[in-house]
Amino acid sequence: MIGFLLRRILQAAIVVLLVTMFTFILLRAIPGNVAVAILGPSAYRNPAALAQFNAQYGFDKPWFSQYLLWLGHLLQGNLGFSWTLDQSVASLLANRLPKTIILVGSSTIIALLIAVPVGLWQAVRRNKEVDYIFTSLSFLFYAAPTFFVGEVLILVFSVKLGWFGPEAAQGGTWNDLTDWRDMVLPVTTLALVSIALFSRYMRSSVLDNITEDYVRTARAKGASGKRVLWRHVMRNSLIPIATLLGLSIPGIISGALITESVFNYPGMGLLFYQSAQKQDYPVLLGFIIVVAIATVVGSLLADIAYAVLDPRVRYA
Amino acid sequence: MTAATGAPGAPEVQATRGMLPAAKPRSMFRRGLEVFLENKLAIVGVVILVSIFAFCYLGPLFYNTDQVHVDLANENLPPVPGHPLGTDQNGYDVLGRLMVGGQISLEVGLAAAVLATVVGTLWGAVAGYFGGITDAIMMRLVDALLAIPTLFLALVVVSMFPPTETELILVIALTSWLTTSRLIRGEALSLRVRDYVQAMRVMGGGSARAVFRHIAPNAIGTIIVNATFQVADAILLIVALSYLGLGIRPPQTDWGGMLNAGINSVYDGYWWQIFPAGIAIILVVIAINFIGDALRDAFEVRLQRR
Repeated sequence: MIGFLLRRILQAAIVVLLVTMFTFILLRAIPGNVAVAILGPSAYRNPAALAQFNAQYGFDKPWFSQYLLWLGHLLQGNLGFSWTLDQSVASLLANRLPKTIILVGSSTIIALLIAVPVGLWQAVRRNKEVDYIFTSLSFLFYAAPTFFVGEVLILVFSVKLGWFGPEAAQGGTWNDLTDWRDMVLPVTTLALVSIALFSRYMRSSVLDNITEDYVRTARAKGASGKRVLWRHVMRNSLIPIATLLGLSIPGIISGALITESVFNYPGMGLLFYQSAQKQDYPVLLGFIIVVAIATVVGSLLADIAYAVLDPRVRYA
Repeated sequence: MTAATGAPGAPEVQATRGMLPAAKPRSMFRRGLEVFLENKLAIVGVVILVSIFAFCYLGPLFYNTDQVHVDLANENLPPVPGHPLGTDQNGYDVLGRLMVGGQISLEVGLAAAVLATVVGTLWGAVAGYFGGITDAIMMRLVDALLAIPTLFLALVVVSMFPPTETELILVIALTSWLTTSRLIRGEALSLRVRDYVQAMRVMGGGSARAVFRHIAPNAIGTIIVNATFQVADAILLIVALSYLGLGIRPPQTDWGGMLNAGINSVYDGYWWQIFPAGIAIILVVIAINFIGDALRDAFEVRLQRR
């Protein structure tokens, strides 16, 4: 187990390093002059200013030295400086990350609380009306583009009914709790897609388990149907869900990007989108690294959770 | 080359035919087809998809509209006899726009999925077949790219230069072949030790032949099922990019672009500017998912019978 853990962590570190290298090369290879983007088109008439800008930020060096310079800063916790927002990337991320974690975290928890019982119910009532209704709903929300769901929710619950705000909470992290009315629609939007995915996995996972021998054994020993379902089937069916949760982090964060744009929620997704439009490289790089680490850690945790939860899995 | 590699292949086919009853391969295919046709949802999916293709490609032949010139005199019209689904903020007829926009969505989705499947299959098959250090390097690269969500990767690339239809296909394909390559690598790892691959190697067949003639064809079930879902994912990805204002440039559009344009005026109550495109996207993606699920069942039956 220890050997497996060490190997997995080493692999994860290599992957993160590759991600930084790859994104750096990609961003530097793309046409566009950073100095002109920052100083404005009139800078073309002032070559001295361009040269000074390039020297100051290290753009006159070859890309590989630029990468090493940037990586060295990264190891010291310095993610660079956003030119367009006039702030350090670390402080930007420190402001925005908690907002996204609140959005993503609360919607994922709500999604799990709904999807697990629904999937279990569907499996027990397989091919009955309930199953068909929820299967159709999950197909519907899985197929619907996230922003379309968001806009329809705004149209119905905000414009027509006026129950919730059309825009997410704008203030600091605490405002998300005090302005919970404004957070209902963004969290619902993101949760609906996750519910569709999780409940389908839960349903098939329960169906796999319900025919296993241990279920028959438990029944034969006199355990009630309810007990078998909740104690035996449910616990074993949650194992793939734990893995799915770890692996669906990139998908949920992508959903958060769209959701944040729809509801103008000042999280990481909105920041990334705005920075991409302004070609603000340091922010994009810092962001991609945070997301990549989250993804790599997520799949690492999924592997470990799988080994811990399922006694049949043994890594050599 | 052909003579050398062709010779070992031929007896192998002969041998396979000799061992099995003659009708069996066909009956496996037929059994798979039966399972597919028994699935009512799959039939619904095929019907929806064929109708939408007919609507997008044959529709303009019967319902001719100007989708190039802006007509501000007729902007934001509600559904009226001349415009069954109204007009948008540029005066384009929404029904006609749904047809031309659908062509782009479907074309980009299909082409990107095919390209991603080809690249992913080759990458995964080569990595899995060679194993060892080649596999380690190739798959770590895939892991690294997978760590960056597709939408972000595509967003960065597309935001730097506004894409044409071809470039959009390339960007989407290049960011979505990764999961395919992982699946096929898994298949290749188990296929490369099969007897018929070993036998072919002993008889002097090369690595290229092993990958192209034995590994890729035998993973065809996984490849086709995965490609089906890729189409749906690609269509949703273009929609997301269009929503962020990074899709096809006007006057061309796709369903996502129509949604994006319509959302600006949806608070004025112009529902006909978002619901037709939104429903079209949902229908296509659901239909593709139905077909993909049924294909998976059909191929599983074939595998069980082997």
